[in-house]
Amino acid sequence: MNLKKILAQSYLYLLLLVLYAPIAIIIIYSFTNSGSIGQWKGFSLDLYTNLFTGQAQHSGTIYAAIANTIFIAIVAATCSTLLGSLAAVGIFNMRQPWKKSIQFVNDIPMINPDIITGISLFLLFVSLGITQGYITVILAHIAFCTPYVVLSVTPRLTRMNPNIYEAALDLGATPFQAFRKVIIPEIKPGMISGFLLAFTLSIDDFAVTLFTKGSNGLETLSTFIYADARKGGLTPELRSLASIIFVVVLVLLIILNRKSSKSVKEQ
Amino acid sequence: MKLKGTLMKRSNWAIPYALFLVLFVVLPLLLIGVYAFRTNTGSFTLVNFTKFVQQTETLNTFIYSIGIALITTCLCILIGYPAAYILSNSELTRGRTLVMLFILPMWINILMRSLATVALFDFMHLQLGEGALIFGLVYDFLPFMIYPIYNTIQKIDKSYIEAAQDLGATRTQVFTKVIFPLSVPGIVSGIMMVFLPTISTFAISEILTLNNKRLFGSIIQDNMMMSDTMNYGAALSLIMLIIIAITTVLSSSDSEELNEGGLI
Repeated sequence: MNLKKILAQSYLYLLLLVLYAPIAIIIIYSFTNSGSIGQWKGFSLDLYTNLFTGQAQHSGTIYAAIANTIFIAIVAATCSTLLGSLAAVGIFNMRQPWKKSIQFVNDIPMINPDIITGISLFLLFVSLGITQGYITVILAHIAFCTPYVVLSVTPRLTRMNPNIYEAALDLGATPFQAFRKVIIPEIKPGMISGFLLAFTLSIDDFAVTLFTKGSNGLETLSTFIYADARKGGLTPELRSLASIIFVVVLVLLIILNRKSSKSVKEQ
Repeated sequence: MKLKGTLMKRSNWAIPYALFLVLFVVLPLLLIGVYAFRTNTGSFTLVNFTKFVQQTETLNTFIYSIGIALITTCLCILIGYPAAYILSNSELTRGRTLVMLFILPMWINILMRSLATVALFDFMHLQLGEGALIFGLVYDFLPFMIYPIYNTIQKIDKSYIEAAQDLGATRTQVFTKVIFPLSVPGIVSGIMMVFLPTISTFAISEILTLNNKRLFGSIIQDNMMMSDTMNYGAALSLIMLIIIAITTVLSSSDSEELNEGGLI
């Protein structure tokens, strides 16, 4: 029994080692100023200072890419959360067969690989003659993020007492007031996790952005890294940037997870 | 007054999103079909499809991509299933922390993860190529296999297992007759989450093989990006879309349940 436990645990830890080794290597080699990974030129913080002082190659582009990524994610996540929450309430109160068909369409962006979503939207913008840029990227991100918001809000609605909304209306609230004062407080946790999910998906996206960003030089971090890697030889400063992102993402997720498992326990 | 009545009905609140879905999900997908059957000048044609069958290079890449996707999916099941099983077995591991460590890489940008794989291969002085491609894909998609399998095994009613034990089943029998059959839906969702993205990857293969091995996704992208081959690109996308539809129908997995689980 004990041997089995040891075997099982070592299998898991071995897998984790393989899963995290590449990330660890990037972090380790972010502390040496060498042209490529595998070449250790002594400990230095050069890659970090270069990144922050703007001495890195393509500094301007990197800064712009970071700003674009965050800006697009905030706008897209906000819009998807509003649109998706409203839609979740609507879909929840719909009758068949409408309910089923809108749920079916809502599933499509989640099942479709990014490349198909990207291409289909690219064709839409091309055929409508819209110049691609910020707006098209944001619209595309809203399109693939909103379904996740709908899915994270819906479970909260099933738990809600359906009569409270009616009661608010009977007591003279306008639909808007009833939405703000009755429904939103009930679905707020779902909206928050939907927002975070949308935000992460947007930051993480590569393929859809690539197809909808147009050719006016708009780059997000993903598309910039892709362009940089394609040229061969990654800009060394990207190692320090990647390390920072890894650590921030890991810490954020650990905090969020602690919080959510705590709230589950409390319930 | 009439407007207020419309607003009052909650089912109408989905109307903006319904319109949005029509414009940004349904219409774009239909456009793939429209472009696929058109020439540059806009007249109806089947030439884009005959070109696909006749161009051995594209056809070979297509078959090669499916092969790579199948290998990746199988490896993910073989490596991921034991991991998911161990994780869901409270006798063998404790707590959610370990589970979380397996899921975390899902949230790191896929390009970054591929670059990390390149870093690992550089570090070990291994050549990039087909091996790196398969390693990288398994590395990228393994969490997506482990998570749904873990989820379904977790949800198995423990009384089934106890009942089997009471009825005299051995540990192996409990696994083969109870746990494994009940975990099949998890494997199916895992396959959806690994196979579909793998056949359509493009950037990862370029990075991991130094552009030597091309997958179907790269060919679609190349054709899409040039206006004179856009219609051919659309035809190739349509072919991929059909594969996706077939896979989805065949597995008819319950993706909703999966997503409701909440990853964060």
